Amino acid sequence: MGSYRSMATTLYRIIKYGIQSFLRHGWLSIATIAVIMLALFVFLNLILFNMMAKNAINILRDKIDINVYFNNNVSEDDILKVKRSVESLAEVKNVQYVSRSEALSVFQKRHQDDDTIVQALEVLEENPLSASLNIKANDPSDYPIISAYLNNENLAGLVDQVTYNQNKLVINRLATIVNTFQTVGIALTVILTIISILVALNTIMLTIYSTRDEIGIMRLVGAPNKFIRGPYIVQGMIYGIIAAFLSILLIAPLISIASPYIKVLMPETDIQQYFYGHLFILLLYQLIFGIAIGALSSIIAVRKYMKI
Amino acid sequence: MISFQNVSKIYNSHLTALENIGFTINPGEFVSIVGRNGAGKSTIIKLLIGEEKPTKGRVIFGPYEVNKLKPAELPALRSQIGIVFQDFRLLSVKNAYENIAFALEVEGRPQSEIEEFVPQILDMVGLAHRAYNFPHELSGGEKQRVAIARAMINRPAVVVADEPTGNLDPIHTADIIKLLLKINSLGTTVILVTHNKEVVNHLNRRVISLDNGRIIRDEENGKYVLA
Repeated sequence: MGSYRSMATTLYRIIKYGIQSFLRHGWLSIATIAVIMLALFVFLNLILFNMMAKNAINILRDKIDINVYFNNNVSEDDILKVKRSVESLAEVKNVQYVSRSEALSVFQKRHQDDDTIVQALEVLEENPLSASLNIKANDPSDYPIISAYLNNENLAGLVDQVTYNQNKLVINRLATIVNTFQTVGIALTVILTIISILVALNTIMLTIYSTRDEIGIMRLVGAPNKFIRGPYIVQGMIYGIIAAFLSILLIAPLISIASPYIKVLMPETDIQQYFYGHLFILLLYQLIFGIAIGALSSIIAVRKYMKI
Repeated sequence: MISFQNVSKIYNSHLTALENIGFTINPGEFVSIVGRNGAGKSTIIKLLIGEEKPTKGRVIFGPYEVNKLKPAELPALRSQIGIVFQDFRLLSVKNAYENIAFALEVEGRPQSEIEEFVPQILDMVGLAHRAYNFPHELSGGEKQRVAIARAMINRPAVVVADEPTGNLDPIHTADIIKLLLKINSLGTTVILVTHNKEVVNHLNRRVISLDNGRIIRDEENGKYVLA
C-alpha cells in the first residue's frame, strides 16, 4: 500500500534527521549527554542507596527480638501452648522455642574455651539454664504490645522474665533509627530525582532553544509538525540511551572502590555482587529513565517554539 | 489567483501595518511590491503565508481562504508557495543538497524523485559544485541561490521573495534577479518585495507601491516612485 510505504518513508526520514542533527551538533550533543548522564548517575546512586538502606534496615530488624524465660518447673507442653498463643498474635513474625538442653549446649559451645565456666558447669548437678521463647515482631514498634501480652496475669506463674523491659530503650531507639532511615531515604530519592529531572529538562530545552530559528524555517518551508517534532524526539532519545550506558560505565569502577569499605560497615551487604547481579535490570531502569527524560523534554521544548 | 480584499492589519492603536488594501495577482505575473521600511510590505507576505492573520478582510490564495486556516492546515498552503528571505533561512546543520531535499522530504515524496530533481535544480541555480557544502561555507549569493532552489523544488505556483537582494552586492543582486525572471518565464508567479530602486526600474514590470499601510500606486510597467 502507498500509505504504508509513505509512512515508512516518513519514519525513516524522521529518524535520519534525528541522528543527523545529533551528530552534526557535536559539542552541543556531548554537553547535553554529560548533563543527562549526571542526572542518571544520581538516579542510579539512589537505587543503590535504597538497596543498601533496605539491607541495613533488615539487618537491624533482625537483631531486635525479645526472649521469654520460663520457670524451670514449667512443662514443655505448657511452653509450647504459650508458643502457639504467641504465634497467633498479628504482630508476631516468628517464634522459636529453645529448650533447656538446647540452651545449655549453645552456652557450652560459646564458652568452650573458658575453663572456669566449663568447670563451674561440671560442678552443678542440674542444668541451670531456663527454657525460652525467642520472639521476632513484624515491626520493631510492635514489641511493647507483645511484651504487654506476655506480662499478663495468666502467664504470671509460668514466666520468669521477659527481656523487653531491660532492652526497652535500645529497641525503641533502633525502631526510631529504622523509621528515620526509611523516611529520609524516600525524601532524598524524591527530591534528588526531581532536581535531576529538572536539570536534564532544562539542558535539553536550552539545546532546542538554540535551534529555535530552525524550527521557524521548517514551518515556513511547509514541514508538517511531525517532521519538526519527530527528529527532536529521536535526538532526545539518543541522548538518553547514550547517557544510560555511560552512567553505568561511570559507576562500575566507583562501586569496585567503595565495595570493600561498605562491607566493613555492613558485612552482610555486598554492593558489588548486587550491582553485577542486577546489571541488566539496572541498565534497563537507566534506559527507561534516560529515554523518558530525553523524549519528554524534547516534546515540551519543541512545543514552545512551534507556534509560528 | 491571489487576492487581498479590504485587508487591514492593526497591531495596536499606535501601529497600523495595513489599512484597507486590495489587489489581485494573476497566474504568471511578476509583481514588485515596493515601499519604505515600515510601509507594510513584509506584512503582506506574512498574511499571504499565514504567519499572521488580518484584523479585517480576506486573503485568498487559490482554493484557500488563508485568514481562516488553522496552524495544522498551513503546511499544505506553504508547500504551494516558495518563499525566499533576505536572511536566506537555510537549515544550518544541513548542506545545500539536504536543504533543498528537505522541502521534498517533508512532503513525503519518494527518494527516487528527490535524487532526480535536486541535482537538476542545483544545476539550474549554478550550484552543482556546492551541493555538499554547508550554509556557513557558502557566500551570500550562493546561500540565496540555495534558498531559491529550495523555494522552487516543489514547483510551487508562486515564489515570494522578501528583500532577496537586501544582503547582496550588485553583481549577486543581478544574478538573483535573473534567476527570478527565469523562474517567471517558466510560468511561475513571482512576487518580489524590495526597496531596491534600480532593480525595480530595470525590471519594467507591474509595481505595487505602498506607503504607510496604503496602496498609493499600482501600475503595469511601473517605476519605483515614492511620493
